[in-house]
Formats: sequence, structure tokens, C-alpha cells
Amino acid sequence: MRAFINHFLFEFRTGIRNKTLLLMNYLLPLGFYAMMGLVMTEELNPEFIKTMIPAMVVFAVLASTLLGLPDPLVAAREAGIFRSFKINGIPALSILAVPALTTMIHMIIVAMIITLTAPLFFNAPLLVNWPSFLLTFLALAWAYTGIGLLIGVISANTRITVLWAQLVFLPSILLSGMMLPYNMLPEGVAKVARILPATHGMNAFRALALDLKAEFDPTGALVVMFAGGAVAFGLAIYLFNWDSQNVTRRAHPALALLVLVPYIVGVLL
Amino acid sequence: MNKLAIEVRDFRKTYGSFVAADDISFAVNAGEIFGLLGPNGAGKTTTLESLEGLRTPDSGFMRVQGIDPSRESSRLRDVIGVQLQASGLPDSITVNEAMRFFSAYHKVAPRYDLIDRMGLTEKRDAQYHQLSTGQKRRLALALAVAHRPQVLFLDEPTAGLDVASRVELHSLMREVQAEGTTIILATHDMAEAEEMSDRVAILLRGKTVMVGSPMDITSTGAGLTKISVRTKTPTLSAPGGNFPAVSRQTTDGDYFIYYSTDIGPTVSAIIDYIESKEDSLIDLRVERPSLEDRFLEITSTSPTPTSQDAQ
Repeated sequence: MRAFINHFLFEFRTGIRNKTLLLMNYLLPLGFYAMMGLVMTEELNPEFIKTMIPAMVVFAVLASTLLGLPDPLVAAREAGIFRSFKINGIPALSILAVPALTTMIHMIIVAMIITLTAPLFFNAPLLVNWPSFLLTFLALAWAYTGIGLLIGVISANTRITVLWAQLVFLPSILLSGMMLPYNMLPEGVAKVARILPATHGMNAFRALALDLKAEFDPTGALVVMFAGGAVAFGLAIYLFNWDSQNVTRRAHPALALLVLVPYIVGVLL
Repeated sequence: MNKLAIEVRDFRKTYGSFVAADDISFAVNAGEIFGLLGPNGAGKTTTLESLEGLRTPDSGFMRVQGIDPSRESSRLRDVIGVQLQASGLPDSITVNEAMRFFSAYHKVAPRYDLIDRMGLTEKRDAQYHQLSTGQKRRLALALAVAHRPQVLFLDEPTAGLDVASRVELHSLMREVQAEGTTIILATHDMAEAEEMSDRVAILLRGKTVMVGSPMDITSTGAGLTKISVRTKTPTLSAPGGNFPAVSRQTTDGDYFIYYSTDIGPTVSAIIDYIESKEDSLIDLRVERPSLEDRFLEITSTSPTPTSQDAQ
């Protein structure tokens, strides 16, 4: 346990010491939040202000988990750091669980800053149901942390990591209901959007935390996100490779596509 | 009979159709420094990684302190320490954090004294990427020995170090050995291997071609011993100075240099000749072939080795 705590504390400090992680965990989400708050005023876009808190929290989750979390995993594997960890008895589970946990802590700090300051500075409406907000946040963070880990585990190198991350990040920003209302999307696109955890997150935040109209079943959205996160974590552990030079692997990285199954089931049901 | 720290017999490892190790065998006595030598692609890294539990052998027998590295990895972690050639540490970790981090996973108290012994006291709060190459190597060694391993694997420990850091690291290796630790030293530096190793194994194309002390290995070759002689007057330049077992001769300034296949008769004959000419000897140096000479001889002339060579 002492080893795990040591590992956790070191990894948490790294999230602030490392310039890229500091940018992705704090500067980018808070900078984007401040910019959106200043640009999207109540007069210009009242609909945005209504969902500003969840939208900016979703953005913070996306930045930390997709742009921050995977790259250090790939870089560490390429640099032989995981080999050294293996030799010294550091379990694979810790290598994945510790950055996942510390990323969640960074996200919670940013979410608290946004939630507490948005009503004050930008006149955003207060949350109606705080426990539901917390539950939805945890489901969303869990789902995206799993995806971030999975990208870090399957990417062959850091360049590929960026591609995979953007493949999830950009649609999540555009289609989840953060920037454009979900009900304005064409039916086909709306179905595709529900393959993204951010769409489920925005829907659950609106319905459960802000008491706004749900676009689809918000409880189902929570279930899908928790299930999606569990599948992603399971796949990340299964596909984890200690060594970039190791030619033998448990399974083809394409197996990672199984992470979509809970979301596709969600769309079908 | 010495207790064996490591046993490797008929070790074979392939990657697809590439045979990285084919019939490698050697044994390492407890408490000795054992050099693992060979050109690139000889199978050193594959052998080391298999002993460290990072790779699984295709066949053969391997034991480290009686532990099968491929099957008992958790027991192995407690008895081995490894200094990898590559960094092995995150850039942002500080020296003190690294010591706490690895010690915690080995379930031992952090050995901050080692940080001081390695001359890193001033760098305790420096991040890994802020350290020089020499400081990184010293930190890696401190971390590798912090849990007092019985067997220490060092992969090119002095590569890229300046002379002072290299001497310092060698002295630390001797200290660790004096505490009873067995050291496996993989290196391309023949001078280092000759100076530090009690015994060495030379690997070539995935096979063991020779195992023995550096002295044994250098004495068995066809290498020529260099005899440099300087006399008061240039007697040796006169005709008649033909000595037994000399295969070629040359000069270097005031020195006459003879390459001999059998130094005893050659040196005796040279001294007799100088005395007979009533000249006097100012300097005489005998340099036996180095491990590097012998290594080059083996690696350049050896056909595909057989397992009998290794016995």
C-alpha cells in the first residue's frame, strides 16, 4: 500500500510538473472555460449559458483523458521505463491505475473550479441536483479515462497516439451537445453521436443535474458510461505491453474496438 | 566448490526466424564479477533479459540463485538488481523520489545513504532529466543496489562516462562486490571487462565460444607478445640481431620492438645479445596480448562455434 501511495503522489506531482500535462489538465480546460465565458454571453447565446457548467466540465474531462493521459504511457513504454518498472516488481495494474486515478483527481479539481466560479463570473445557472452531477461526472470521467488508457496501451508510438486521441476528441466536442444542441443534429448523426461517452454525459448532466429536458434516457446513459469504462479498463489491462521491442503480444490492438460495444448496445436499445 | 549464483545451460531463444541465442551455456560463481562479452547481435541482451525475467527462453535451463526467471518472477525481483542501459526512469522524477519509489516497491526503507555515496547529495531534488549522463548512471546503480540484491546486472554501466566517473563507478562496483553481491557485467569495453571481471564469457552469433578468466583467455590465443627494448647504444640495429620466436620487428623512436610467439626464449636471447655486444639495457617492456586483442582474434577468425568450444 505504501508503494502504491508513493507511486500515486509522484504521479500526481508529475501532472503539475510536466508542462504538457499541466497544459492538458489545467491550462487548456480553464483557459477555454474563461474564453467561452467571456465570448458566449447570456445575450449572445443564452442556450450555452444554461449548460455552461456541464459543457466545460466535459471539455476538461476530454482534455485530461484524451490529450493528457495516453501520451506519457506511450512515451514511457518507448523509453524502457515500463521494463524498469517490471524488473523492480511494479505491477501492470499500478502502471495503469495510478495515472488514471491522478488524472481523475486533476479533473475533479478543475470541475470544482468551473462549478463554483461559473455562476459567480458568468451568471451560469446553479446545479439543481449535486449528487446527480457528481454521479454523472464520475461516470463520464471513468468512461473517458478508460478510453485514454486504451489509446495509450495500443498506440505504437506517440504520433499515432495523437491521431487516435483526436479521432475521439473532435467528434466528442462537435457532436455531444457541448457546442451544438443535440436535438439539432440529423437523426443519423445523432445516433453516431451516442457512440461517444460525451453525448451520454451531456444528456445525463442536463437531465439529472440541471433538471432540463433529456434527449434520451439519462439513467441508461449512466449505465452505458459505467459499462463502457469497465470494458475499456479491462481491455487496457489485457492489451498492456511492457515493452515496445517485445514482438509477442496477447492480442491484436484491433481488439480495442470492443470498447464500442456498450455504446452500440445503448444506441440499439 | 564455489556456490553458483547463475546457471545457464543450452539456452535458446528465437524471434520468428531469427535465432538470437542458440546453445548458450555458462555458470557464474557467487560473489564474482562476470563479464558478458560479444559483438552486436551475439545474444548478450537476449541472455541478460531472459535472466532478468523479461523474456521467456524457447528452451534450455536457467537459474538465478536457484530461481527460474521465467516462472518465479516475484521471487526473482527480491534477489536481483538491474541497471538498464536505457534510462528506465521518468523524466520528472527527482533523485529522492526515485529512491522512495523503488524502495517502496521492494518493501525496504529508502537508502538515502547510497545517494550520498554516489555523490548525488546536491542533486537530491533535481529531476531526472536535469542530471548529467554520469549522474544518471550513478543514480541507476544506487537504485539497483538499494534493496541489497544478491545478483546485480549491469548493462554497459560506463558507456558515455568521462574517465573520472568511470573510475568512480568501478570503485562502487568493487564495493558492492565486497558486500557479497554477484555482478554480471555486459560491456563492449574490453579494457573494462579485463580490469573488472573475475571471469568472462565471450558470445558469438548466439553461442558461447569461450569462458574463463581474462588471463586464461588471453594466454590461450595465438596473439603475439610485444617486447620493447631500449639500449644505451643502437646495438640492436646492427646485423645479426635475429632472435628466436620473433615473427616481426619494428622500431619506435629509440625502442626496438619485437613481436614474439614465445617470450621466454626471445627475451633471453635479446639480453644475451646485448651483453655479448657489451651494450647495456635501459628499458625493457613486455606487453602480453590484451583481452581486446584476443576478443578481436576470436570474433574475426572463429567459424560458427560449436558447443564443445564452450565447455
